[in-house]
Amino acid sequence: MADVRAPMRNFLDFEKPIAELEAKIEELRHLSSSGDLNIIDEVTKLQGKVDRELRQIYAKLSAWQKVQVARHPDRPHFTDYAKALLEDMTPLAGDRGFAEDAAIIGGLARFRGNSVVVIGTEKGADTASRVRHNFGMAHPEGYRKARRLMELAERFRLPIVTFVDTPGAYPGIGAEERGQAEAIARSIETCLSVHVPLLSVVIGEGGSGGAIALAAGNTVLMLEHAIYSVISPEGCASILWRRADQAQVAAEALRLTAQDLKKLGVIDRIVPEPLGGAHREPEKAVAAVGDALEAALNALRGIEGGVLRARRREKFLEIGQKGLA
Amino acid sequence: MNWITNYVRPKLQQLVRKTDVPDNLWTKCPKCEQMLYHRELESNLYVCPKCDHHLRLRAAKRLELLFDEATYETIEAPAEVLLDPLCFRDRKRYADRLKETQAATNVKDAIIVGEGRIGGLSAVVAVFDFEFMGGSMGMAVGDAFIAGARRAVETQASFLAISSSGGARMQEGILSLMQLPRTVIGVQEVKEAGLPYIAILADPTTGGVSASFAMLGDIQIAEPGAVIGFAGARVIEETIRQTLPDGFQRAEYLRDKGMLDLIVHRRELRNTLIRILRLIRNPLPSGQVVKIGDAGAWNAKRGRPGT
Ligand SMILES: [Zn+2]
Repeated sequence: MADVRAPMRNFLDFEKPIAELEAKIEELRHLSSSGDLNIIDEVTKLQGKVDRELRQIYAKLSAWQKVQVARHPDRPHFTDYAKALLEDMTPLAGDRGFAEDAAIIGGLARFRGNSVVVIGTEKGADTASRVRHNFGMAHPEGYRKARRLMELAERFRLPIVTFVDTPGAYPGIGAEERGQAEAIARSIETCLSVHVPLLSVVIGEGGSGGAIALAAGNTVLMLEHAIYSVISPEGCASILWRRADQAQVAAEALRLTAQDLKKLGVIDRIVPEPLGGAHREPEKAVAAVGDALEAALNALRGIEGGVLRARRREKFLEIGQKGLA
Repeated sequence: MNWITNYVRPKLQQLVRKTDVPDNLWTKCPKCEQMLYHRELESNLYVCPKCDHHLRLRAAKRLELLFDEATYETIEAPAEVLLDPLCFRDRKRYADRLKETQAATNVKDAIIVGEGRIGGLSAVVAVFDFEFMGGSMGMAVGDAFIAGARRAVETQASFLAISSSGGARMQEGILSLMQLPRTVIGVQEVKEAGLPYIAILADPTTGGVSASFAMLGDIQIAEPGAVIGFAGARVIEETIRQTLPDGFQRAEYLRDKGMLDLIVHRRELRNTLIRILRLIRNPLPSGQVVKIGDAGAWNAKRGRPGT
């Protein structure tokens, strides 16, 4: 059988036709343990139909559909990228002031031969790990740890690679009391201060201040169906439309897709996802991100630190000169 | 237009503007709900004489109150920003909303940047205007802020920012989020030039504005009672399903948590700034006693024109 893709566990609403086709395929496979040629033929045909459907659906995802894909529970998270792309990963904990924050993981690692400092927001993959990582919503300590690690990279002249996948910074009493705003501001400031290459990739959800805190980089990559926005569509809808059920409309209006952000000059490169999204073939998505990061890193190799920093700032200053009219 | 090659053009504008306040108007204090006579309120710098509540101020008024002889010139960004870059529409088109707000508020966007002297020392001050779409920060605000920072570097002036903003301007989507790193770069340029950057947080300073330039001051000052925070109180309550503590996200609360240097009454703000700026910028003992307020003599010693 040609197809080795694992059966999907979670289907999105608009993937319903796919779910039905794949259920049928599963059923036929159970029947065909004897290798009935007719059934094999039928499965192949159905598989072709699945691919056609997927290609069709995923070629024209609406912004709201992309929001759902970006938040898909089976989508690879930071730890999946770390496992597959990094060797000698050595997580380093704590902000040295108050606590360790597991919503942001960071440390030293080797990426395709290069020592790097890696930092990523982690949402978690099951109930226990989601709680441990606070669903990827960092407290000030997370951003302060990120800042500390960026300073470590600066000290040893190591490139920094950040992975962004967060609904946003955590809105809580303790987070506010300990200076959430200040922690994010300082993290942005440090991104814009360092003299080493800083690469960022938005792998899922790029949620507002909690995302830009780690993403003021020389090169900002974004997966094809990831999203990056100043506010969640739900939050925007409840403020501007005064109705949370207008989230789909808000998602369109916010222009939060990789395609729109590329046109606006906010991101530098879109990393294509496997057919049907990163959640269908996580390994392929992870490898594609690895290749894109390696190319981006190579492109910055040998550039003097002061120039790297000046270009990074210049890039952000120039954002806004291209509209979407 | 390129930010790196183009420069700020100062726009000449002498402003000793008397705000048009009809004599017979009364305002209700939002805090104690007392009816306040307009003239009295104005002479009290828009601080409630009954309960000391600091009412919001228009940006131009703040500049008048801070600069010597209420005189300043405005600084503008070298290029106009794209109007409605995302073609955003909520219940109304953003382009229309902008035009209506400009007409209603008499300002182009939610920030005014002025340059002049404070206690005889040159300063550039960026002030948010909450009346303009909640002081929200989009491209125009970011550009004006950066223009102000660069003007400060060019003239070796101190840079001050007075924030009064709900945060990023959602109608500009991701471009409003990009004003976080952009304004931070403005602050970095000022600091790297060895010049002081003072952040003055007025009510409110929240969201993307608090998570960028507003929290990066060499000195962090707030007005009494100002709401300051990253997340909105309602969002926090909905997330944690708890009642928030008394005074949560107020300036006094933040100061007690170690997040602010000073809370300064509006009446004292100008004098406090003069004192701080002189301490930072005139660090050496002088041969003679220079009285506070005698800026002319001070400047003569420094080889600067008097005010
Ligand atoms: Zn009052």
